[in-house]
Amino acid sequence: MTDTTGKTEAMTPLWEVFIRPRNGLHHRHVGSLHAADSDMALQAARDVYTRRGEGNSIWVVRSSEIAASDPSFAEPMFEPADDKIYRHPTFYDIPDEVGHM
Amino acid sequence: MYSQGLIGADSSTTESEEFLAAFQSRIDREEKIEPNDPMPEGYRRTLVRQIGQHAHSEIVGMLPEGNWIARAPTLRRKMALLAKVQDEGGHGLYLYSAAETLGVSREQMTEELLAGKAKYSSIFNYPTLTWADIGAIGWLVDGAAIMNQIPLCRCSFGPYARAMIRVCKEESFHQRQGYEIMMELAKGSEEQKEMAQDALNRWWWPSLMMFGPHDSDSQHGDQSMAWKIKRFSNDQLREKFINATVPQAKFIGLSVPDPDLQWNAEKQGYDHGEIDWSEFKAVVSGEGQMNRDRIRDRNKAHDDGAWVREAALAHAQKRANKQHIPQEAAE
Amino acid sequence: MAAPDNDANHTAFRALLELADDCLVLGHRLSEWCGHAPTLEEDLALANMGLDLLGQARALYAHAGEIEGKGRSEDDLAFLRRERDYRNCLLVERPNGDFAVTMLRQLYFAAFMEPYWRDIAESSTDADLRGIAAKAQKEMAYHLRHAGEWVIRLGDGTGESAAHMAAAATELHRYTGELFMASPVRTEAVAAGLLPDPENLREAWDDTIATVFRTAKLTAPEVRVHQKGGRDGLHGEDMGHLLAELQFMQRAYPGLSW
Repeated sequence: MTDTTGKTEAMTPLWEVFIRPRNGLHHRHVGSLHAADSDMALQAARDVYTRRGEGNSIWVVRSSEIAASDPSFAEPMFEPADDKIYRHPTFYDIPDEVGHM
Repeated sequence: MYSQGLIGADSSTTESEEFLAAFQSRIDREEKIEPNDPMPEGYRRTLVRQIGQHAHSEIVGMLPEGNWIARAPTLRRKMALLAKVQDEGGHGLYLYSAAETLGVSREQMTEELLAGKAKYSSIFNYPTLTWADIGAIGWLVDGAAIMNQIPLCRCSFGPYARAMIRVCKEESFHQRQGYEIMMELAKGSEEQKEMAQDALNRWWWPSLMMFGPHDSDSQHGDQSMAWKIKRFSNDQLREKFINATVPQAKFIGLSVPDPDLQWNAEKQGYDHGEIDWSEFKAVVSGEGQMNRDRIRDRNKAHDDGAWVREAALAHAQKRANKQHIPQEAAE
Repeated sequence: MAAPDNDANHTAFRALLELADDCLVLGHRLSEWCGHAPTLEEDLALANMGLDLLGQARALYAHAGEIEGKGRSEDDLAFLRRERDYRNCLLVERPNGDFAVTMLRQLYFAAFMEPYWRDIAESSTDADLRGIAAKAQKEMAYHLRHAGEWVIRLGDGTGESAAHMAAAATELHRYTGELFMASPVRTEAVAAGLLPDPENLREAWDDTIATVFRTAKLTAPEVRVHQKGGRDGLHGEDMGHLLAELQFMQRAYPGLSW
């Protein structure tokens, strides 16, 4: 993102914040914030996003470092997986008498 | 805390009929729109404007309540108020973040606010005169905000809806905090009761104005409703607020300062007097008592903090340079 | 819980007030920043630190009130004493100044309180106080880290920020000696095993500050005369204004419930 206002205020980098609510769970994206470096971003994430005991571990990553898939290519990317029903257990007929499998 | 709804957003858009129809059918299927998805320029512009105004309202909203943190009457009240005003800063931050996904930077939005070009909720241009105002703001202003924000949790734009879910969860204590203050005053001394009634008298009408102009005078409501940025009209939300709040006032023995207020059994809601729209227009256009003070205070904080932000960036640059030297040397 | 008005309790009560007043006054100072910080992120951080300190103050006043046994509540103690009866050190009542002053004040205080709370949590004869201390120690460890990071960034940031930091050090360093001076009441509390001797922490504090200053490229100013008086209720001119705000409601509307 570039500053198009022509103002002198320099941009403080944007960071994406991921928090693990408790051990055993994944870190989950919770939002973003601004900080000049990673240490300050971690502290800011703690002060902004864990004020109500939301987690016990934080990751921060520069927003500009995230590579994202292109939404206009979403159909070729994701639709081919939709009809591969043989990847799901319900595709296979097993008699009830066999029991749980 | 709250956005006024939309003030002067331009939802006009130039895409082909086909593109717009395809977009509209996604909206109609209740699909969420995510930042990189194709969207009409008018949709993007409306959201940037609305989320920006909402964020500014949170940030400017810290000032009138912040005015009483140092004077809060007990330690319990002081901590609750500090935590509440802090939350509002957090909510401004979540909202700026949601707007930033649309390609506008927080710095840009802030510049507009500081230049006095951006709008924010008119309610924060009234002064907080007594401790009871802190109760009235929590009860009425946050109450009005909740009415507006709960439907925004289902807004069609994903980042805005997600931010609102977090905001609504956190704000659940705000209105209770305010009402509890009012309750305590209303059962207190004569002087405390007067203080509470006086605050209700001053904050009632401005709270009703928070929902924005009548539907018949609201220019951009229809398009926002069609795009599911907005889910209820200004008047619908205002009626809902009045119906919820009047019994709460009665419960603590305060009277709502509207001689025309009357229960209407047929519509199962209250009829009420007309809002002074000339006051609303004046405050929205910058002529409220506190407009200038609020922008001046925001500018002062911004200017006073400039060297701090520059230093943090300069230090980060120095560190990055240091880390690069040995790597380059090793190559 | 009513307690007999004996000498030990009187000592404990007054020793706890010293700690509580430090927390209240610094928490109040930090709360003054709310809505005015250099960044939104920092606005939240300052409020968090303020809330930590106000929470510590509440716990300490409540405990002190129980020990005193005269039915005084946390609010009676926080709001309804005369200026001369507040026993906070001068450092914490210093006005916020600019962000450099606020962060350095926080660093100086946290660098003392973090190890002090740790010692209290390990060694105090008062079980309730050990509980308060164990929680407070963790809070102050975060303040120490946060303030330290900022002092480093401002000290080694731009020429302008370095000048702000140097001025802050000149202003505040002279108030740090009082942290280690045991007042008569604290000396009694140390003898009774309620509190550790603050003098023991001087070396660790010097090390902490030296480490931060070295990284921040700051020089600690030479202090010829350390300022003191807060523990005797002799405050600076800013204290009266702080109390005027803090006590406003309780003084203007005495005896009411809020």
